[in-house]
Amino acid sequence: MSVEPLLKVNGLTKMYGARIGCADVSFDLWPGEVLAIVGESGSGKTTLLSCLSTRLEATSGSVEYHMRDGAYRELSRLTEAERRFLMRTDWGFVHQNPADGLRMTVSAGANVGERLMAIGHRRYGEIREAASDWLSRVEISPTRIDDQPRAFSGGMRQRLQIARNLITGPRLVFMDEPTGGLDVSVQARLLDLVRGLVHDLGLSAIVVTHDLAVARLLSHRMMVMKDGHVIEQGLTDRVLDDPREPYTQLLVSSILQV
Amino acid sequence: MSGLATYNFAYLDEQTKRMIRRAILKAIAIPGYQVPFASREMPMPYGWGTGGVQVTAAILGPSDVLKVIDQGADDTTNAVSIRAFFQKVANVEVTTRTKEATIIQTRHRIPEEKLTEGQVLVYQVPIPEPLRFLEPRETETRKMHALSEYGLMHVKLYEDIARNGHIATTYAYPVKVEGRYVMDPSPTPKFDNPKMHMSEALQLFGAGREKRIYALPPFTDVVSLDFDDHPFTVQSFEKPCALCGAEGVYLDEVVLDDRGGRMFVCSDTDYCEDRRAQGFLGDQGVPLKEAAE
Repeated sequence: MSVEPLLKVNGLTKMYGARIGCADVSFDLWPGEVLAIVGESGSGKTTLLSCLSTRLEATSGSVEYHMRDGAYRELSRLTEAERRFLMRTDWGFVHQNPADGLRMTVSAGANVGERLMAIGHRRYGEIREAASDWLSRVEISPTRIDDQPRAFSGGMRQRLQIARNLITGPRLVFMDEPTGGLDVSVQARLLDLVRGLVHDLGLSAIVVTHDLAVARLLSHRMMVMKDGHVIEQGLTDRVLDDPREPYTQLLVSSILQV
Repeated sequence: MSGLATYNFAYLDEQTKRMIRRAILKAIAIPGYQVPFASREMPMPYGWGTGGVQVTAAILGPSDVLKVIDQGADDTTNAVSIRAFFQKVANVEVTTRTKEATIIQTRHRIPEEKLTEGQVLVYQVPIPEPLRFLEPRETETRKMHALSEYGLMHVKLYEDIARNGHIATTYAYPVKVEGRYVMDPSPTPKFDNPKMHMSEALQLFGAGREKRIYALPPFTDVVSLDFDDHPFTVQSFEKPCALCGAEGVYLDEVVLDDRGGRMFVCSDTDYCEDRRAQGFLGDQGVPLKEAAE
């Protein structure tokens, strides 16, 4: 069986004028693999994620995506229409702040069903059924399907955002600090949920986080960034248990021990 | 008199009319697409039909017969003042009879009488963007129109059904034009949406404050958005018009006293008068001759 990478990144660089956003990043992401990008704030993690997910245009380098038809497409060459279609079908993007990824003024059901309607579903009953199914999969009671996300707690909003992204069965999900701002017990349940979903659905994911514990729980592989450069990458356990770079050693030793 | 400053025919100067006509031609060429235009200050406040008046002024000729309606009626403030305006600045013939008019400027209704070839219906539009209340960014809504991304419109209808059990949008009900652009039919009741479909008349929409013109050329496919299991329906009324007995027309509720008395009458006054002249009578109607006495 020959498996091909889902995403091939080569020499990706983003400059903000003379300043480096991220520089010369190359990696392959394989189907079903979760990659964590860690580093302190300002290290270029979010810039890299934005470039990968076509929210920012890279200065140089290439990102190739394995489309459903089996062909590799260079993302920067996609038309706007293709790009947006990809983003609402084959991809998901989970924002750190759920308000950025949700429509706060429409009900939870409409939030989850929006992608279905966007790709042409026109049966109310089916959309509602799918939405209620997904709400229960992310542990939100389907009785709250008509409530607005404003009435939800932070953890519920984050789970709602995940349901909204996963309803079209994406193959690649980008997550930007998915557990940022949540208290630890809520964090733990969210991580558990994401781990389950990734496993059940065979998703690939790229998770940006500054929290090494999150990276350890979720990811198979990790990249450590500093000042826009990837300074170390490898299997998560290897990087965390046997950090080679001085900066990674510093990061790992900075984890609070309770 | 010739030395005195005076209005140009139909108020607007010829350069402005040319600019508006170009916008109208483009709008006709791309049905449902909102064409920006350099809307002028008019001698009336925004919201009173400045867009419709500019479109009418740009297409009006000396031989045209103008009818102006406001919520279906020829005798309400907005209709009366716009009609008087064009009588004064263009000296054109005016009428209240739908059949005789070549140009009908309307606020929020389509006449009950079927419009025919050669007639032009000009709508006054307050907010031309159907996606406005769903997506506040103009840059984004333009992109959505360009890419034909209209999933959001159904999110609104979904919300309606989730909250009310049915699609509760009753006016400004979004339509899809020629399978391409989603368009706001201006705040006409959804009752009038089917009249837009394959209409023989040319339909022009002018939004003065928002500086947009859009159009439906004759015989354009206009479909009201809906769900397969919650199809589009128009309003229905329990009783016929109290004055003329007409059924299957749009009715206004008129409060008669402070003890709960009310009657339902045709919103289209010309249609109602026409029927009464033909001898039709509703249960509270009076024959036209008696009423005149």
